Amino acid sequence: MSEVVKKFLYLNRKAPYGTIYAWESLEVVLIGAAFDQEVSLMFVDDGVYQLVKGQDTSGIGMKNFSPTYRTLGDYEVKNIYVDQDSLASRGLTHDDLVQIAWEDWESGEERENIVEVVDSARVTELMEESDVIFSF
Amino acid sequence: MSILHTVNKSTFERNSLESCFKFATDGASVLLFEDGVYAALKGSGAESQMKTALDRLSIYVLGPDFKARGFKEDRLIEGIKVVDYAGFVDLAAENDKVQAWL
Repeated sequence: MSEVVKKFLYLNRKAPYGTIYAWESLEVVLIGAAFDQEVSLMFVDDGVYQLVKGQDTSGIGMKNFSPTYRTLGDYEVKNIYVDQDSLASRGLTHDDLVQIAWEDWESGEERENIVEVVDSARVTELMEESDVIFSF
Repeated sequence: MSILHTVNKSTFERNSLESCFKFATDGASVLLFEDGVYAALKGSGAESQMKTALDRLSIYVLGPDFKARGFKEDRLIEGIKVVDYAGFVDLAAENDKVQAWL
């Protein structure tokens, strides 16, 4: 069955753990992977905290779901964008973030890290380009 | 009358911390926990506000929440003290009352 491929953009603006948004977004992304669409994730505002590496929730009795982000490349997520201004205003840099590798099983194409820090003009452009935006 | 103020929301999303600092009297204690801990991170836009507050308030961060979010203690703004859950209880007990800035 031939299908129309749409550009899906998941917009993440909440910190992990304090609310359920980050976890819910991740769940929807993983479920949505089954539908063969072109999926991108965008992290803006407090959403950038979701990708901070080295999370250790052993002391707070909650599930640490951050390792799941590193598997997104295996779920057909091709692009992960992080807003530069949001990082900077929170005292964070690209080095604070997890790396997410991507590989196309058919073509063998590989990318070591699909986490890309972009400026706000590019964020706007990516939102404009997408067909559907899911907000979390 | 001593008060322990608690802040559990991100200072980048709500004005809880700002209001707390505005109304807290000199010498009061402020405990940052849950998403409130992000305000304790060195180099953020909240740092100057935090440094001004540290001149007149005792500021604490709940260690397990800071660690859960991926940060080690060397990322804390100087002057902020780390407490564990028992320390949280001690602070609550030492002060006459607790005021939560939700």
